[in-house]
Amino acid sequence: MTFLNHLINGISLGSVFAIIALGYTMVYGIAKMLNFAHGDVIMIGAYVSFCVTSYLNLPVIAAVVISMLVCTVLGIVIERLAYKPLRDASSLAVLITAIGVSYFLQNAALILWGSNPKIFSSVVAGLPTLSLADGRLVISSEAIITILACIIIMIALSLFTAKTKAGKAMRAVSEDKGAARLMGINVNFTISITFAIGSALAAVAGVLLCSAYPTLSPTTGAMPGIKAFTAAVFGGIGSIPGAMLGGILIGIIEIFAKAYISTKISDAIVFAVLIIVLLVKPEGLLGRKVREKV
Amino acid sequence: MKLKKNTKSSFATILLVTAAFIIVTALNSAGALSNLFQGLLVPICAYMIMALSLNLTVGVLGELSLGHAGFMSVGAFTGAVVSMSLTGTVSSSLLRLVIALIAGAVVAGIFGFLIGLPVLRLKGDYLAIVTLAFGEIIRSLITCIYVGVDSRGLHFSLKSAEALGLEAGGRAIIKGPMGAVGLQKISTFTIGFVMVIITLALIFTLVDSRAGRAIMAIRDNRIAAESVGIPITKYKMMTFITSAALAGMAGVLYGLNYSTFTAVKFNYNTSILVLVFVVLGGIGNMRGSVIAAPLLLILPELLRGLNDYRMLIYAVVLIVVMIMTNNATARAAIAKLTDRIAVFFMKRKTTENSATEDTSNG
Repeated sequence: MTFLNHLINGISLGSVFAIIALGYTMVYGIAKMLNFAHGDVIMIGAYVSFCVTSYLNLPVIAAVVISMLVCTVLGIVIERLAYKPLRDASSLAVLITAIGVSYFLQNAALILWGSNPKIFSSVVAGLPTLSLADGRLVISSEAIITILACIIIMIALSLFTAKTKAGKAMRAVSEDKGAARLMGINVNFTISITFAIGSALAAVAGVLLCSAYPTLSPTTGAMPGIKAFTAAVFGGIGSIPGAMLGGILIGIIEIFAKAYISTKISDAIVFAVLIIVLLVKPEGLLGRKVREKV
Repeated sequence: MKLKKNTKSSFATILLVTAAFIIVTALNSAGALSNLFQGLLVPICAYMIMALSLNLTVGVLGELSLGHAGFMSVGAFTGAVVSMSLTGTVSSSLLRLVIALIAGAVVAGIFGFLIGLPVLRLKGDYLAIVTLAFGEIIRSLITCIYVGVDSRGLHFSLKSAEALGLEAGGRAIIKGPMGAVGLQKISTFTIGFVMVIITLALIFTLVDSRAGRAIMAIRDNRIAAESVGIPITKYKMMTFITSAALAGMAGVLYGLNYSTFTAVKFNYNTSILVLVFVVLGGIGNMRGSVIAAPLLLILPELLRGLNDYRMLIYAVVLIVVMIMTNNATARAAIAKLTDRIAVFFMKRKTTENSATEDTSNG
């Protein structure tokens, strides 16, 4: 039964990683850049939600909606100010800029909210926990909500990219930017939409993550961000089901490593997975192999 | 003898560092330096070496390493263990420091090789994130290690300081999360300066050699370099190991300047700090790194009021410098501006000249 409990915790943590990884994978697929600041957008989202619930005393739903709005705007602004001028620059320059943005967000949060961790009150505090098999298998309401949210987001996003015009434009831009432009697709607008969706998802992830692990500090987003990137690579970067699968696997690996090996080196084990995946199957579990053309 | 342009520029950089060293030493012996500034001298040398070492990876090899502080950490802890275990046998503290520096460089170089084996098969974003992961792995592993020394030699443990089983008179050097403790401060500014010069000489020689040209060819066009028969992995590995060894050396210098230090000191933020030095000094420009590192370490100390905003300013520096140097519009604007300034000064010069001519005539 402890095994099942760990498994459910793993899937719950993995669902958060999956939601974050979706943001990474969409941006990587379209803008061909690693948005290093994505993890810090999560942190900003969690802080906004924290402020709305504890200072303004608004209901939880309002907090989630407001933090999604703030993060959406933040994502678009970051893209316009920092990444758009570097659309044609080398990947090294874009990467350093993204690190700069990430560092900026962390330190801005440090100045705004201080370095003392805030205690985040769970957004699903009122809901009951599910207790099965005479209380030996306990599923927290956070876990249920997180897993449900992940499934809903996944289905909605798949439908969005498959059926809607904007979603089709996104796929076209990720396939071939130049050709997409010739077909009359507004490439800049499409990239902005991608950043907006990714950042809104980051806000949701931030709220869910801090509901399960309630300490909130300016560096809260950094580690989950890197792990979610690991998940995106694991599942195959650019693939939406891949991000989901990778996220859940990474979550399970992390929880099992913590439970059965050592809490101190669980991070090291997750990163070891990243390295092994990149060496053995760089295109990931569900990714497509892209040939390098000269 | 006519020197090549590169060689001239290299000598100029070395001269610049030497001149700065002489001035600072003179000021120091005259008692003109505050305690605060004196305490910064060795860290400045260490960070200069770090910046040069990272610039070798970023500027010459063209790959971003985000785990450079990890190598610094490996070097620092190796240096601590080596120098402390030699206290009985080697009496000269200078000799002990030199042995520690070499040991730190070698061990960091070995780590560079081990990490390079998987990492250098990747490129770009993947390489950066994996080096970051390795930096974090090194940091979390070091916080689990306990090392002690007594008359029977070195003792290692992964559990606790008591598990080392030291005899009376033995002492723990690395105490897990508490880091290295009870060290003798044997780093000196002079040795730091010598190390900076050695680093500069090494990098200039490497860049100006056949190997250096091969490395830059890989940076500029990997596929073209591969197709003319340059062994990519070999040269990448060579640069990476050199860079790691230099970072290890910087770590020894830095660590032995304090009586205690922890692994947290060498975290992701340190890697970013060094990256800021490199970016502000100019990617691939060694003289820039040598100037930017001390500048950015001293300025915040002088402007205490800005201390809270220091990191924020560093972040803005990274973004602005990158956009200024890589965006076509921004570059054109800067070129136009510098042209205007040049024209403005030239005009003034000519008017001044004609003015002096006028007065001499009149």
